[in-house]
Amino acid sequence: MKRLLDVLREDCALTGTKEGCGEGECGACTVLIDGQAVNSCLVPFAQVAGSSVTTIEGLTGAEALQSAFIREGGAQCGICTPGMILAAVALPKDADLQDIRRGLAGNICRCTGYEGIYRSLRAAAIPARAAD
Amino acid sequence: MGKDKLRLGFNGHFEEKEVEIAAGDPTPWDPSQTFSILGARTPRLDARAKATGAARYSIDVRLPGMLYARILRSHDPATVVRSLDLTAARKMPGIRAVLAIAKPGDALRFAGQEVAAVAADTPERALDAISAIRVEYGARPFVVEIDKARADGAPLVFEGKVETKTSAGDAPGAKKALPRKGNVQGPRASDKGNVAEGFGKADAVVEGTYSTQVQTHSALETHGVVARWEGDELTVWASTQGIFSVREELSQTLGVPLSKVNVITEYMGGGFGAKFGAGVEGVTAAKLAKEAGAPVKLFLDRKEEHLAVGNRPSSVQWVKAGATKDGKLTALQLIVHGGGGTNGGTGTSGPLKNVYACDNVKTEEFDVFTNSGPSAAFRAPGHPQGAFALEATMDELAARIGMDPLEFRLKNDPSEVRREEFRIGAEKIGWAGRDARRRVPDNPALRRGVGMGAAIWYNTGGTGPKATVTIHRDGSAEVVHGVQDLGTGARTMVGIVAAEELGLPLEKIAVRIGDTRMPYGPGSGGSTTTPSTAPTIRAAAWQAKKKVAASVASAWGVPEEAVVASAAGFSMNGDAGKRLSWKEACGRLPEEGVSATASRAENHPDAWKRFTAGAQFADVEVDVETGLVRVRKVVAVHDCGLVVNALTAESQVHGGVIQGISYALYENRILDRATGRMVNPNVEQYKIVGAMDVPEIDVTFLPVWDAVNNTHSVGIGEPATVPTAAAVANAVSHAIGARIRSLPITPESVLAALDGKARVAAMPGRETREGGRA
Repeated sequence: MKRLLDVLREDCALTGTKEGCGEGECGACTVLIDGQAVNSCLVPFAQVAGSSVTTIEGLTGAEALQSAFIREGGAQCGICTPGMILAAVALPKDADLQDIRRGLAGNICRCTGYEGIYRSLRAAAIPARAAD
Repeated sequence: MGKDKLRLGFNGHFEEKEVEIAAGDPTPWDPSQTFSILGARTPRLDARAKATGAARYSIDVRLPGMLYARILRSHDPATVVRSLDLTAARKMPGIRAVLAIAKPGDALRFAGQEVAAVAADTPERALDAISAIRVEYGARPFVVEIDKARADGAPLVFEGKVETKTSAGDAPGAKKALPRKGNVQGPRASDKGNVAEGFGKADAVVEGTYSTQVQTHSALETHGVVARWEGDELTVWASTQGIFSVREELSQTLGVPLSKVNVITEYMGGGFGAKFGAGVEGVTAAKLAKEAGAPVKLFLDRKEEHLAVGNRPSSVQWVKAGATKDGKLTALQLIVHGGGGTNGGTGTSGPLKNVYACDNVKTEEFDVFTNSGPSAAFRAPGHPQGAFALEATMDELAARIGMDPLEFRLKNDPSEVRREEFRIGAEKIGWAGRDARRRVPDNPALRRGVGMGAAIWYNTGGTGPKATVTIHRDGSAEVVHGVQDLGTGARTMVGIVAAEELGLPLEKIAVRIGDTRMPYGPGSGGSTTTPSTAPTIRAAAWQAKKKVAASVASAWGVPEEAVVASAAGFSMNGDAGKRLSWKEACGRLPEEGVSATASRAENHPDAWKRFTAGAQFADVEVDVETGLVRVRKVVAVHDCGLVVNALTAESQVHGGVIQGISYALYENRILDRATGRMVNPNVEQYKIVGAMDVPEIDVTFLPVWDAVNNTHSVGIGEPATVPTAAAVANAVSHAIGARIRSLPITPESVLAALDGKARVAAMPGRETREGGRA
């Protein structure tokens, strides 16, 4: 059976979801399944029947976070970025730096050094917290 | 041509120099200049595409009727192909093309080497079909450990001449013919002064053997292409650092004229030195596409990426150094054996020959062939390994003569830029108080330490690149230049330089890159992209702007020299009333606007000459009960000439530092000595530093006005990763009071060092490590 990742990329042409390792270790293929961040390379697609799957293309309500990634240099080559953003969206709004690190521990970035990613998340969280 | 008197140097160290300026090239910017955008923190032009998933990488390309290809690879490290039968694979459902890569009689020299390939209508069918290919192999003896490969009677990796897989950008020096005995090739040697005399003059001499592991590039986007033929014309979407070098290789290998091969890289998911050529996979995809009469996508999986497409070679480095008791180096000597698998070019002598001043320096570099995947250029080839050995030696020598390691370096460093960087970094890391902080009051198991290392790099780009800048009637501008953006920020850099020269906001500029149908752009290697591209863009923008000024002059009926261009527009010398805004001036241009195509001028030979310099300091914490090392902070002080974009330059340094930490503590390709296969070809057991392990990184740039080109820009990608592992290793030694001479530094090696054992590689049961022993 096809992996959810393949159905998204090949059948649905949603190539914003990336494949980095195919073994659930790099997080590049992260999507939200019913709001939970999941590695789509580990999910047989039949398993999502009746669930809501959100990819980077369909993500709504995360404009502040995406703008922060743009402004703060959260993306370098950018191939881990969709997965990073979806993993970050699943974090609680009041996440501190340690929560952010833990929440992103399953997403590998080979080029930014993570600082820009943390900066993006913290910048985005401030208005979100104020609005809560 | 003409000579201009320029103020060159860096903060507090400026001097006047005359620099020859080529015709058609603008004068380098002056330190008194105020910039509108250059040097600011500018978000990437493509950041929105990346943050929304719209960015289309080569691995994302989908074409109508596209097929999917897979490569069959050898499982064993040394075999001869006896027979190859593709019949059954050809008959499998959905199979459209099958190709033999190896032929009967061919020797295969590493586990993972390419044997055959198929293209099918689905990825699953391609995978099924490669297992239907029947191959008979004859097993040959093999060797995967470099010390065993060096021994007399070791199985020979190459029985005849060295047949190294070469793709553009393979390890430097790999193609140079060198003597070979058994599996050992070399030496590449250098000899300055007389080391025997130098050691004779020394008051203290230290020597040690340092070993480093194999690191794989592990870019998140794997190697691969999508290849499409339209008639006799080939278009390839490649994940590459050099669209023009891929074009060259495809043209030569396939016998297709350069004019009929187009290579496109719109977005790219990292390269780090391993992606300059078409590679076996690129050529294979093009051949399969031809046979099938349909476009073919061939991207490697993670395991193939670890096995077959490049790595940083291992090293065993013997270093000897001498100094007088007042802290002057008298001799430096290095003998290195590098393990690049089936590839050469594994030297590490760069830092030892070039960082510190010493009259007597001798180096000998040997390549040791083993039955493992070939090395490739990897971010500052040879340098992180060389810096690790050199900087440990510097610390040991300083200790022997009773001198502070910082003071010892300052006494021997000929670069005034780096001496300043050492001073800035030492202040920021709190060097002076480092001994007092070694003990952690509330946790007796923890020790803290601080260490340092020096960065050096050499390249300042060169001629070849061309760019076209068009200024339109509405005042907007367009830059076309065939450079590729690996993720470094090259696209944005191109826009910034054009915006600065034209005095336009970045939003008014369209940047088109990443296609060989554009004016030639440089390959992104050797940290040369910015210093090759930025001056080209500036020259083209400057020439295009002059054409607008010429049209203004002609409208006013005055000579061109009378028109002065500024950010506000155009005015006439000595006539305050005569002025035109940029928009008004452009509005008078003909329908096609004006265009200029400029070529990169030669580097100014009389520039403020120097190597690129950097200094890094690491602050680490070591648990002496568990052996765990945590890097708390890295201070990185670098120069890259003049920074074009502070946001992306800083990001490059962050990236270099984390790759250095990852190399110092975690990454390690492990080959099983019994089978010759890699036991950790994934990202679970091949551990790459992650979000939990990244320290605070403090980056400082020292702007240097060098006039090496018209923008003073120099690359930063490689220098940023040169000294990190060295600084981390020195910090660990400072923390625990014992020296670890082998990378990666693992909990096991820390505990062994604390137990007084010299090196982890000497421990029983650890013989499977490659390059672990001298």
